[in-house]
Amino acid sequence: MRRENVFWMALLVIGAAALLWRSAFTTEGMGREYVRAVPVANGRWTQSDPATYGEYQGAEAALPAQTEYQFSLPRTIGLWLAAFFTLAIFSFLFGDNPFYKVAEAVLVGVSAAYWMVIGFWDVIVPNLVGKIWPALVRAWAMPGLSGPEAEPSPSYIVVLVLSVMLLWRLAPKGGWIARWPLAFIIGTTAGLRLIAFLHGDFLVQIRNTILPLAVIDGGVFDPWLSLQNLLIVVGVLCCLVYFFFSFEHQGAVGATAKAGIWVLMITFGAAFGYTVMGRIALLAIRLEFLLDDWLWLIDPTGRRVAALLAGGGLG
Amino acid sequence: MTEFIVNQWWLVAIVIASLIPLVMRIVSAGLLETLRTLDRRWIFLLLLWAVLIPIYFIGVTGRTFPEVPSVLARATFDEIDRLNPGDPILLAFDYDPPSEGELGPMATAFVYHAASKKLRMYFMALWPLGAQMIDNTIAKVITPDFRDLVYGRDYINLGFKSGQEGVIKVVVTNLRELYTTDSRGTAMQDIPMMEGITNIQQMKVIVSVSAGYPGTKEWVQYAVTPFPSLRLVAGATGVQAPLLYPYVPRQLPGLLGAIKGAAEYEKLVVDAYGGANADPKYLEALRRMGPQLVAHLLIITLIVVANVVFLIDRGRKR
Repeated sequence: MRRENVFWMALLVIGAAALLWRSAFTTEGMGREYVRAVPVANGRWTQSDPATYGEYQGAEAALPAQTEYQFSLPRTIGLWLAAFFTLAIFSFLFGDNPFYKVAEAVLVGVSAAYWMVIGFWDVIVPNLVGKIWPALVRAWAMPGLSGPEAEPSPSYIVVLVLSVMLLWRLAPKGGWIARWPLAFIIGTTAGLRLIAFLHGDFLVQIRNTILPLAVIDGGVFDPWLSLQNLLIVVGVLCCLVYFFFSFEHQGAVGATAKAGIWVLMITFGAAFGYTVMGRIALLAIRLEFLLDDWLWLIDPTGRRVAALLAGGGLG
Repeated sequence: MTEFIVNQWWLVAIVIASLIPLVMRIVSAGLLETLRTLDRRWIFLLLLWAVLIPIYFIGVTGRTFPEVPSVLARATFDEIDRLNPGDPILLAFDYDPPSEGELGPMATAFVYHAASKKLRMYFMALWPLGAQMIDNTIAKVITPDFRDLVYGRDYINLGFKSGQEGVIKVVVTNLRELYTTDSRGTAMQDIPMMEGITNIQQMKVIVSVSAGYPGTKEWVQYAVTPFPSLRLVAGATGVQAPLLYPYVPRQLPGLLGAIKGAAEYEKLVVDAYGGANADPKYLEALRRMGPQLVAHLLIITLIVVANVVFLIDRGRKR
C-alpha cells in the first residue's frame, strides 16, 4: 500500500474512533439537532421550527414528558452531511481524492437544480405566466395575486415569443431563429451597461477627482484632508500617464509613469490583502461550524447552556 | 492563557504532534533546505492551526480583541442612526451562503440597528439565495429579540427577483411592475406598509449587503447615480470592497469592507443599542477578528521568510 494511502486510512480510522467516542461515551455528546413543534394557524398541523439543545434541555428539566421540543433525525442527518462535505472539500488541500470529487459533483448538481427551480417559480410563473394569464396563476400557484398588478399584460406575449425563439436552438432545424432574441438581449444589455458605466463610473468619477488641493474648513486650513486630496489627484494623473502610450515613457513622462506603476501596485496589494482577509473569514466560518454546530467543542453564542450545566462543561 | 493551555492540553498535544515531522525534517535536512523545498501542505496545516486555535480560544474563553471603528464604519452607522422611527429603509441582501462568513455578521448588525431604531424595513434580493439569507436574519434578530415588530407593518420580505441590474432599473421608478406580491405570496395592496410605496426613491436609505454581481456596484450605477437624492450604504466582501472605494463618499457615503468593516460596525451598533451584556450572536464579526490577526501574522511571516530564502539564494548564486 502506498504511504499516502496508509496516512489517509490512519487518519480516517482515528477520526471515526474519536467521533464515535465523543458522540457515544461522553456526557455532552455532539452533532444533534432539535426542533420545536409549533401549531400553525388552522390548528390541525404543526410545523417544526429550529430549536437549540439548550432549549430542549431546559424543557426536559421543567417537564420530562414534554413533546414540544424534540430530537430531529432529518436535521441531524443534514448536519452530519454538511460536516462530511466540508471535510471532503478540505481534503483537496492534501490531494485529489474520491471524497472531494463526490462533494464537488453534489454541489454542482444541487446548484444547477436549485437555479432551475428558482428560475421557474420566481421568474417564469410570476413574471411571464402571471402577466399573460393571471387568473391561471392565481388559481394554481399564487392565490395572493390580485389588484391592479393582476391585470393581464398582453405585451408580455412578445416576451413569450422571444423566449420560444431563444429555445429554438435546441431544435434540429432553424437554429438561426435563436439569434434574433439573442441579438435583442445583447443589444439591450450593452446599451444599458454603456450608459450606466459612462454615467456612474466615467463622468461621475471625473467629477469625484476634481478636488480642492488646499482644503479650508471654517476658515482653517485642513492639512490632512488637503494631503488626502493631493494624493488622489496625483495618483490618478500618474496612473493615466502610465496608460498613455502616444509618448515614449522617458524623462518626466517616464518618471510619472513609474509613479503610476507604484500607485497601481499599492492598489493591487491592498486588493490582495482584502482578498486574503475574505478567504480567512470563509475558512473561519467553516471551522466554527465544525467546532460549534457539529463537534460541540465550543459554544460562543450559548446555545447549549443547559447542556453545559447538565454535562459538567465542554472541552 | 496559561490556564487555557493547561485545560486544553489535548489540543496542544495534537498541534505539537502534527508538527513533529516538520521539526524532524528541519533537524535532519537543515532549516534553509527545508524552507527551500517546503511542501505547500505544511503551509495549509499551519494556516489551519492559525485559524482554528484562535476560534477555539475565543469560543472557550469568550474574549474578543478590541476594535476601533474607522471613519467609513462611523459614516455607515450615522447614515442609519440619523433616521427617525418609522422611516422606510431598503435592505438588499445580494449574497448567498458562500459569503455568509463575511456578510452574515454585517446583515445581522444592519437589521439589529434598523430594528432598534424602529425603522420600516423592506428586504429584497437580487441573488436567488438572498431570500433565504433574509429569512435567516429575520429569524435570528427580529423574531426572538423584537417581538413587537409585526410582519407587513414593520418589515417585509419582497424576496428574490431575477433580472440583475434590470430589477434595480425598474424598481427605482416602479416597484410594483416587478413585485406584485411579497415572498409569502401576499398581494401588495393587502400589505399595510406597502401603502403609498410606489418606488424605492421613497426609501430614506438603501443598505446593500453584497457579494458580487449584481450588488453594490449596480446599486450605485442604476439607482444612486441617476437619482442622486438616494442615500446608499454597503457592506461588501473583501474581494469586492477595493472596487467600491472610488465611489466613496459622493455615490457611496458608507462602506463596510470585509469582516474588519463588519466588526467595526458591530461594535458601534452594540455599544449604542446592545447594553452592558450584549447577546453573543451580535458579536460574530468581533469574534472572527481573532483568527484574522493570527492568520495574517502567519502569512506576513511566511512572505518575509520566503523572501529571505530567495535573497540568500540569489546572494549565493552571485
